[in-house]
Order: sequence, then C-alpha cells, then structure tokens
Amino acid sequence: MSATQDSIAASAGGGRKFGDWLFFNLTRSFAALTLAMLAGIIVSLVIGSWESLQKFGFSFIWHQEWNPPMEQFGALIPIYGTLVTSLIALIIAVPVSFGIALFLTELSPVWLRRPLGTAIELLAAIPSIVYGMWGLMVFAPIFATHVQPFLAGTLGKLPLIGALFAGPGLGIGLLAAGIILAIMIIPFIASVMRDVFDVTPAMLKESAYGVGSTTWEVIWNVVLPYTKVGVIGGIMLGLGRALGETMAVTFVIGNTNFLSGISLFAPGNSITSVLANEFGEATPGIYTGALIELGLILFLITLAVLVSSKLLLLRLSKHEGTKT
Amino acid sequence: MELLTRRKLTNKFALTLSMLAMGFGLFWLTWILLTTFELGIAGVSLDLFTKMTPPPGANEPGGLLNAIVGSVIMVSLATALGTPIGILAGVYLAEYGRHTWLGNSTRFINDILLSAPSIVIGLFIYAVYVAKVGNFSGISGVFALALIVIPVVVATTENMLKLVPDTLREAAFALGAPKSTVIMKVTLKASTAGVITGILLAVARIAGETAPLLFTALSNQFWSLNLNEPMANLPVTIFKFAMSPFKEWQQIAWAGVFLITLGVLGLNIVARVIFRQKHKN
Repeated sequence: MSATQDSIAASAGGGRKFGDWLFFNLTRSFAALTLAMLAGIIVSLVIGSWESLQKFGFSFIWHQEWNPPMEQFGALIPIYGTLVTSLIALIIAVPVSFGIALFLTELSPVWLRRPLGTAIELLAAIPSIVYGMWGLMVFAPIFATHVQPFLAGTLGKLPLIGALFAGPGLGIGLLAAGIILAIMIIPFIASVMRDVFDVTPAMLKESAYGVGSTTWEVIWNVVLPYTKVGVIGGIMLGLGRALGETMAVTFVIGNTNFLSGISLFAPGNSITSVLANEFGEATPGIYTGALIELGLILFLITLAVLVSSKLLLLRLSKHEGTKT
Repeated sequence: MELLTRRKLTNKFALTLSMLAMGFGLFWLTWILLTTFELGIAGVSLDLFTKMTPPPGANEPGGLLNAIVGSVIMVSLATALGTPIGILAGVYLAEYGRHTWLGNSTRFINDILLSAPSIVIGLFIYAVYVAKVGNFSGISGVFALALIVIPVVVATTENMLKLVPDTLREAAFALGAPKSTVIMKVTLKASTAGVITGILLAVARIAGETAPLLFTALSNQFWSLNLNEPMANLPVTIFKFAMSPFKEWQQIAWAGVFLITLGVLGLNIVARVIFRQKHKN
C-alpha cells in the first residue's frame, strides 16, 4: 500500500501539473491550427490572385473572354459551367436521394437496411477520377448514341425548355457532367436525409399511423415537415460537393471556353476543370493570378453554401433537443 | 371509398418510386464497378508492378511501378503527418473544448473543411509552398494530402471519444489520475478501434485524390524518391494516360483505376468491419 502511495505522491508534484498543462495546450494549439487553416486558405488565395484582382476588379466575374495570350481573363463561362452542372446534379439527385432515404427508413426490411445503406455509401467512397474515366470512356458514348437523341426527340420538342436539349449530342458536355455529378452527390444527400428522418420521434409517426395515415402520408405530412431544415441542410451539403468536384467534371465537360447557346448538350468548362487543365501550363504572373482568383471565387461560393448547410443542420439538432 | 382508393394508389405510387430510386442508386454502383473490374483486370499483369510508366510512342509495354511507389510514399507520409495533428485536435474538441468558444468554432470550421473542394487545398499549398520554393515537389503533395487527412481524423476522433461513457472518466479521476493520463490511458484507449477507423477512412480518401496533386506533386515519368522533385503518383498518371490518344496508355490507366478502386473500397470495408466488431459488444 505504501508503495502505491509513494508512486502517486511522486507523480503528484509539479511535473504532473506541468504535464497536464502541456498536454492541454498541445491539443488546444492543434485545434486552433485547424481553425487557422480556413483563414490561411482565404488569405493565401487573395495574395496569390492579387495581380488579377487589381487589374480586372469585379468585372472579372461577368466578362466571358478567356484569352491567355492577350492577357484577357473573365470568369463568366467557368462560373456558368459550375453553376449549371451543379444545378442539373441537384435536380436529379434530390428526388432520387429522397426516395433512397425513404426506402431505407420506412420500406426496407430491417436485415437489408445495413447492406443497402453501405452500398449507397460506397458510391461516395469511389474516387472521383474513377467516375471521370468511366464517364468519358463508358458513359459518354452510350449517352450520345442512345440517350441524347431520345432527349432531343422528346424534351427538345417542348416549347421554352426545348432549346436546352438542342444541337448535336456529343456525349460529353454540360449535361453529361451534371448527370455524373448527380450520381456522385446522391450518397451524401441520401445519408443526411436518412439520418434526419431517423430523428423524427417515433411517437409522432405512430400517432399518424394510428389515425389511419398511409406510409406516404406519414412521410409527406409528418416526417418531412419535422425534418425540413435538416433535409435542406443535406441538399446544401450535396450542392457544396458538386460545386467543388474536379476530376469527374474535367473528364466529361468538354473543356471549351466558348459558349454558343443555352443548349445543355454543348461542351463547356467549370471553374475546377479550367484549374485542372490550365494551371500546370500557366505562365506565372497575371495568368496564374487569374486562375487562383477562379479558385478563390469557387472557395467563397462553396464556403457560403456549406456554412448555410451546417447552420441548418445545427438548427435541426437544437430543435430536436428541445422537443424530445 | 373513392378517397381511400386514391390515397392507397398515391401511397403505392410513391413507394414504387422510392424503390426505383434505390434501384437507380445501386444500378450506377454496379455499372461503375463492373466496368472498372472488367477493363481493369484485363490490364493487370506482372509488368504493371515491375515496369516504369512508358514514354510516348514506346513499343514495349510499360507499367505503373513508379506511380504506385510514389503514391504509397506520399499517402503514408501525409497520413503520418496529418494523423497526430488530427487526433490531438479531436482530443481537444471532445475532452476540453466541448462548450468553449474555440471548440465550437473549430468544430464548425472542421465540418466545412471536410467538404471543401480539394482542388482549392492544392491551390493553397501551391501559393504558400510551391510558388515560394519555385518547383513542384513530392513533399508539397504530402502537405496537400495531409491537409485533407486532418479534418477527417479530427471529426472521427471527436465522435469516437464522445461515445466513451463519462463513468469511465470519472472512475479514472477518482483514482487520482491527472486529466492527460485519463485521456491517454483511458478514453483514447477505449476508442482505439474508432480512431483507427477514422485513419483508414482518411487514407481511403486521399488515396484517390487527384486534384490537390496537380499543382503540387505534379507527376514524374521516371523513378524518383527525391521528395524535392516532382513525384509520380497513381491518380495524376491515370488522368494523363486516360486523356491520351494512345490505346496502351488508356489500358494502363484502366489498370490503375482498378487498383485504386480496389484499394479504396477495401479500406472502406475494413474500416467498417473494425468499427462494427468493436461496437457490437
């Protein structure tokens, strides 16, 4: 007994206090480092693009000429490409993810839930370069020969939106990039939706079932209103992913800095694909500065989207704390 | 009665659509995996692991040896660099800073960094390191990948430590252990499996990352172990070869894609198994 007391006494001196203090500050400084990373990224991008920021000012955003030899740079086409492909991705991915989350929480037999959920999550684990190569070599040719003529013959004939599906179908282009992005973000949106559907109190759902609601009515009138904020948060998370996705888009978007019309069949460029394709060959100076400015714009857009996503999801979990 | 029929029909319709959505998701997963395996396995041969990446127009078949070795080196170093930082920051969030200003902001920012575009991380390292040093290098690739590892490890470490019941901590405190000992010897030990899961997921994440390497490690056609020179790596080599007009190069790219997919999915599955086994009992 005295031996253990001695060893405690020995370690209880100043050394022990100092060790504790050191460990605390070590962990705290690394936490602060993580925090500082975000500020560091923004500051370094601003410094890196300073030349371009000064020369073009805000007009950089709405000018569409991208001419490296003439040192004329405008970000309109890449920004347009990024926004349009992400929008297509959301239009496809949101209803599909909702269906998957609904299936996993309400319909699937319990023993199938985990394997199917894992399968969908694996879709998120596949590296984006695999999506890109598969999209270019396998998906795009089939898309061009079978799907695009069909779309042109059906949706292309409609008034107003018909123009979106006009022109020759090359396979690669904005639409193909949007579809591949959709496949990539489905797992992110679906798993957030599944998780927030699961936090709906069972009592609420059972009350609705008890008064005779069908499964769909419970989902639509009880679960969805209750988890609305979280669902939107999940969609924003998917949007954030889509905006910043690089390799998959670079392979299939077509990589051109000219825009001939509003057709989604046309090839284009996104912020990320311009960076991936041109940064390695860019001459230092204004060209590199303009590319870094593109990166800065991308980062600020995704930051805004991800921050709002996070705030919405936090609101849901606070809400959950008070109601249950 | 008519209303009831309509409600039932709506229900059936919606549930069928939901099932179709599930099928839609699985359809892509199967299609992508099948083509990757089919086209990839065709390119796998001994040459792949023993020969260097071929120069343009070479007659002899090349391999991916330098790219595989380069990737292994960079991923290992990035994990070794990022993991301790991530674990310590995660410890702070779970053990010290649950309700502090620094804890809350770091948690918030970390979740955002987790989804931040990886290409921007590459630009950041380019701006702060590559541009200053003046050349692309393996070590800058390591830095970029490490920055991607950190948020993944921070998030999993924090979540796993939070799963440790407080009674365990209180028991250790009651024996007179200082907080750092409690954390190192009790809470971290109790969540080893979870932390390892996080590290494996981080490795899986960076193994396939291409975008952050484009402006940092670049790639190298030759064998090089010098971290101050451009370093060959699988993802960028695949990108270069897949976009090339040569059939042989595309074949090698498919084999590379197969290797990466196999590795990444394998790591994901192992991570899940480790986590599940630990949390079963």
